[in-house]
Order: sequence, then C-alpha cells, then structure tokens
Amino acid sequence: MKTVAELQAVREAAISEVALRTGDAALAAKSKYKRNVLVCGGTGCTSSHSQDIIDTLNAEIAKHGMTDEIKVVRTGCFGLCALGPIMIVYPEGCFYSMIKAENIPEIVEEHFVKGNIVTKYLYKETVLEDGSIKKYNETDFYKKQIRVALRNCGVINPEDINEYIARDGYQALAKCLTSMQPKEVTQTILESGLRGRGGGGFPTGRKWSFIADGPQKYVVCNADEGDPGAFMDRSVLEGDPHCIVEAMTICGYAVGASQGYVYVRAEYPIAVTRLQIAIDEARANGMLGKNILGSGFDFDMEIRLGAGAFVCGEETALMTSIEGNRGEPRPRPPFPAVKGLFACPTVENNVETFANVPQIILRGAEWFASMGTEKSKGTKVFALGGKIKHTGHVEIAMGTTLREIIEEIGGGIPNGKKFKAAQTGGPSGGCIPARLMDTAVDYDNLTAIGCMMGSGGLIVMDEDNCMVDMAKFFLEFTVDESCGKCTPCRVGTKRLLEMLDKITRGNGTLEDLDKLEALCNYIKANSLCGLGQTAPNPVLATLKFFRDEYVSHVVDKKCPAGVCKHLLTFTIDKDKCIGCGKCAKNCPADTIVKTDYIAPGHKLPSLKILPEKCLKCGACISGCKFGAISKQ
Amino acid sequence: MQKKISSNPFRGTPEQEAKLKEIIAANKHDKSRLMGVMQEAQGVYGYLPIEVQNMIAEGMEVPLEKVFGVATFYAQFSLSPKGDCNISVCLGTACYVKGSGDIYDELQAELGIGGDECTPDGKFSLTACRCIGACGLAPVLTVNEEVYGRLTKDDVPTILAKYGK
Repeated sequence: MKTVAELQAVREAAISEVALRTGDAALAAKSKYKRNVLVCGGTGCTSSHSQDIIDTLNAEIAKHGMTDEIKVVRTGCFGLCALGPIMIVYPEGCFYSMIKAENIPEIVEEHFVKGNIVTKYLYKETVLEDGSIKKYNETDFYKKQIRVALRNCGVINPEDINEYIARDGYQALAKCLTSMQPKEVTQTILESGLRGRGGGGFPTGRKWSFIADGPQKYVVCNADEGDPGAFMDRSVLEGDPHCIVEAMTICGYAVGASQGYVYVRAEYPIAVTRLQIAIDEARANGMLGKNILGSGFDFDMEIRLGAGAFVCGEETALMTSIEGNRGEPRPRPPFPAVKGLFACPTVENNVETFANVPQIILRGAEWFASMGTEKSKGTKVFALGGKIKHTGHVEIAMGTTLREIIEEIGGGIPNGKKFKAAQTGGPSGGCIPARLMDTAVDYDNLTAIGCMMGSGGLIVMDEDNCMVDMAKFFLEFTVDESCGKCTPCRVGTKRLLEMLDKITRGNGTLEDLDKLEALCNYIKANSLCGLGQTAPNPVLATLKFFRDEYVSHVVDKKCPAGVCKHLLTFTIDKDKCIGCGKCAKNCPADTIVKTDYIAPGHKLPSLKILPEKCLKCGACISGCKFGAISKQ
Repeated sequence: MQKKISSNPFRGTPEQEAKLKEIIAANKHDKSRLMGVMQEAQGVYGYLPIEVQNMIAEGMEVPLEKVFGVATFYAQFSLSPKGDCNISVCLGTACYVKGSGDIYDELQAELGIGGDECTPDGKFSLTACRCIGACGLAPVLTVNEEVYGRLTKDDVPTILAKYGK
C-alpha cells in the first residue's frame, strides 16, 4: 500500500470479513463465511491448550465439508481468563467456556451442522432459565466495560493486518500524515487529557511537546510489564499489536523521530512473536519504512527483549538496557526528552498509553475527554487477580468505584470469604481497605488515600491474607530487584525486610513500627529512581490501614489471618478427635501423642500436639478428615 | 541477588560454537545488541558459562567484564546448566496468595535440591520465576514449556512422576 487510496481499497475489501463479529448483518452478508469461531490465543488460554482446540476445530469442520462456510480465528485475550479456554461463536455471540478439545466434535456436529447451541458448555451466566442465550457482552463481566485500548482484543486475528485495517486500522496514521501538522497531533493528544498508563500519570501530550530539537530522536515503547499480577500490556500486544505499531509511528511523526524501539519482556513469548509479525507485515505493506503512504515521512522500529529485571520498567533504566548495558537508572535531569536513548531526545510511553492514541486521533480529543473524571480522562485497563472470581482483565471508565470493579465486574470473592483489601500498583503501590471500597478509581483519588494507580494490576485479598506478610512479600521482591546503584534503596529495603521478618517471627516491638515508618519515609525521599522511591509504599499503606494487624503481631504475638507460621499454635479439639492417628503419621517431628481422654462416643483416646516441638508445618491439618485440628 | 555459578565442566560442541559465531557475526555491527546476542547464546548452550561469555566478549569486541556484568544483572541469564526438565514455579503475587510458596517448598523437598539448582543426575532443575501472566490459572508452574495450573501441593508428586521421577 503506497497511498491512502490503496489503504482505503484494502479496508473496503476486508471490512465484510469482520462484520459478523461487529454485528453488521448487511455487510456480513458479503462475506462467504456464515460463521466465525473465535478462539482465545492469549497466554492464559494457550496455557490451557487452546491451540489443540483450534486444530480439532479445523479438522472437524473439514470433515463436515464446511471449510468455506466457517472461519476459525485465533484472537488475543477476551479478558475473562478464569474461564479459559474461551471460544466465542458468531453470529450468535455465544460464549463457550473451559472448553476441551474432546468437546469440539459434539459442538461442531450439534451447533455448526444442526444449529443447536450446546448450552451445557456455555458460560453458565449466559444461559437463562428459559433456555435462551445471553450474548457474552451482556454478562456482568463485560456489560460495564468500555473498550478503547482493548477494542480489538478478542475481535480480530492479531496476525492479519487486513483484519486490523478492517477495524479502521492505520486510518489515524493516514489522517495525521495527510491532514495534520505534527504540532496539531501533539495538541490533540494534549487536549484529550491522556495521561501515562504505566503508573506515573504524566500527561502524554506534554511529554511529547517537551522533546528537544536534534538530528536524531527516538520513540520508545515500554512493554516491560514487571509488576507481578499485571498483564494489561501483554494482552494488548497479543491481541492488537498493529495498534502499537500505528501509535508509535504517529508519535514519531508528531515529535520528528524516525526510529522506534519496543522493549518487551522476554517472558512474553507470544506477545513478542505477534509484535514481530505485525512489524514485518506493516513494513511489507508500506506502513513502516521510507515514505509512508507517499507522505515523505520515514519511520521504522525494532524489538528489544528484556531479560528479567524489574527496574528496567523505569524509563531511564530501560534506555540503559536498550543500549546493551546493566539496566541501571540514571539521574534526571537531563530528562529523556533532552538526552535519552543513545544520548538523543527520546519520548517513552507505555503500551496502554500508545493503544489509546489512534482512537483519539480518529475520534477526536473531545470524545476521549468525555469519558472519565475531571483530571483522569478516558478508560483504564486493570488486571484482576488474587482472591476474585473473574480473574482476567477489564477496561473501565476512570472513576468507576472499586466496589463496582470487584463485586459487579469481578464477581466478588470466591468461597464466601470476606473482602479485606485490594493491592494496586504492585510492589510500588498500596492497598485499599474494605472501608474505602467506594473510592472512585482515578489517579488523584488513589494518590489522595496514599495509594497509587500503578500500571493496572489489581490483586484482591480476603480475610485469609495477612497484611504484614503481604508487605513482606513485596519487600522481598524489591530487595531482589533493587539494582544496587543507590544506597537508600539497596540497603534501606533490605533493612525494611529484616524488620518485617522480625515482626512476623513474633520478635517485634511497638518501637519497631515507628522505626519502620521512619525508614520508609527516608527511602522514599532519598532513592534515585522510581523503584526505590515507591518501594516502601506497600509497608506504609498496610501500616496506615492495618496497623492493628501489626500491633497483633508485636504485642499479642498473634497473626490474625493465621498466615505467619511462627506465630501460630496448632491444637487438637479433644472432643472432635477420634484418635485415628493419621495426623501423628503425617507429622515430620513426632510431636503428636496420645492423651488419656476418650471423648464420648469415641473408642480411642484423643491426641494432642506438644507445642514446644511443633514445626508448624501444617501437615497434620491437611491429613485430618474430622476438622479436629485448628491453627490460631 | 547473587547468582549460583556452576562448577560442572563446560561441554560445548564445535556445532554450538559455529552457531554462536554466526549469531555474533549477524549482530556485531551494533554493540547495543549485546543482550540479544547473550539471549541467543543462552538458547544455544542452555546457560552462559564463562567460556561462552569469553567468546561473546571477543566476538562483540566488548570487555569480558561488561558481558559478566550484564549476565549477572538480569534474572533471565543463568550461569548454571538447567536439567532436562526445568521446573519453574511462579511466585508472582496472584500465585503467591493462592499458595505457590507451598508448592515451591514441596518441590524442593521432593527433589532434594534448592532453588536454582540441578539434581546430580542432570534430570531436574528448579527455579522460582516472576509472574508468567497466567494469573487466571493461579497457582501455576511450568515444566520446560508445559504449563500446569490450578495446583495444590498434592499435585506435585503426580507431576514429577510424569517426568520419570
């Protein structure tokens, strides 16, 4: 495609091929396919063998001679990973969940050949009492979502540029190159109110406008999604890689850069493969390279793989790593906009930030600014994980309350447990306790309660999670990942971890809690980069909202959630124990002995645990069928 | 975190060396590709012993000290060989809150090795990894490329048995 006219011709030809999925029946009639079967090819579903499902589908469809009628598409992530592998069938829009390859022959035969939807394999929320079917996008999980960054995830085949073009792909780039000045592009992004989705929340348009003059400038996409439990960026790269290619090219045009780099974690092999395919396809089709769409503008990009260092998500460390060095951050100023990658002016944005750009250009700054809250515009993608029914990713308007996200969209806490807290922002963030569940989630509200938006990981914790243990877990992470360059972070986080360890072992004092807080504030104020400056956040937030749990650990020497094993005592209820001896067999330390008490109705004497010898391993509890053993 | 450096003797083959030279030749023009070369080298040898680091340093014309510095900085680079079955347990937050720590402990007990170690027969090695992004299946572990999800401690012997333990 060398001109805009050629791009439009490709779009015209391709648009009917995706019309079934967008619900445009008139257009869909032009396609030879009467049915589209979409199978999730994201990391979650691939891990549960969605490729076998695709292979079986193709074989079965061929067996019935329907290859010309049914199109099987491997898409990116649908979002509801808890129910994977997922298969969505159009035109009905019905949602098959937790599908196995051996179910496929039956579905092909019954549904595709005979036209009877096999309701027993559908996601149960989509089957109504009268046997009719709800479309997947009308379920609780999907109906409140607004998909901007994820608009193509689970809709198109990410390895086919034509499907992307059919969904208005590369139209925004064409608009920029043919009818907008570079400054207008930056101005549009500025007016939209888009803020950095990696966690910092810096206005993207301002970042673009700061870039210094120079003969060589760079655009960098930060896809080093390192927060544990966060997988928003991966979903975008796996499901819609072309939108990142398009957005980076637009950014290159706006700031005058001709080269881009995407820094992706090597732990995301599917994302890397699809992004490489997208870059190659874009180049082959004239969307990257010299003289893009006949405009005279040149831009190209390449992928650089990370190698497992959390600090490389920090923008200066990331640039140092792209240059082939140990990924240590550098002091600012000079800021990357003046002296960034290879000492040239550089704009760096996160994947989700870029994913919003083409839509803002196409639909206008006002459209984007109409969503969200006063200072946080648009939508945000969250990865729901931990103790929540619908693990997966969701995209919601800024300002949605935590309660809506967790209880309505996320389906609440499994096993009837009580919600305790939600951790946002991973190891750099804080936790939101149950009493603040009605907080409208946006950048400023979360900062105001001493938390942070972070990149979008949202880990839900229930009453069985100990908050001191969680803080310790995150500190173990940051101690491991501190690059070692500056002392406050390298030594300070280690000391923090030691203090937390002391507390979880029951050796802490009330004075330690004050020391903990003082050291946290010192590390925040004096560390070189974002990693150190935010590392104490999980401790500060848990201290603020769950100080009583810390106090229980240091004063009562108890762990209320029953997690910190040094503080637990295991006891056998003498009336429930039938004296079978299973626990004594399981015990690695021979601490369980007979008593001389026989409970009414039992034949054998009950057992007891000798506390001084107990290792607190819990092997006895898992062996007891009578629920006679408890830990406190 | 300090990396464990293997004392096992280096057993590189001429074929592996030829492959490494090819990789270096393709990337030599751009020194910023050092990490990429090391990643591919690890793909060829399975790990990065000092002999391989030396070849990379000479080939890319960078000091060995820099190669060693990069190798020890990033978690992905291993200075110890991996077993035929490399078991990697996710200790990301989502898996951790669902009990992957217990699974990791159980594996250490069953295999008789610690984290980042390889059994003496070269059959199993064990590592803890950061979030692999399959949080919907938490807790998860991977054996080579195969992912096992929704696990409990009791699944450990069954999984090990599948790989001939």
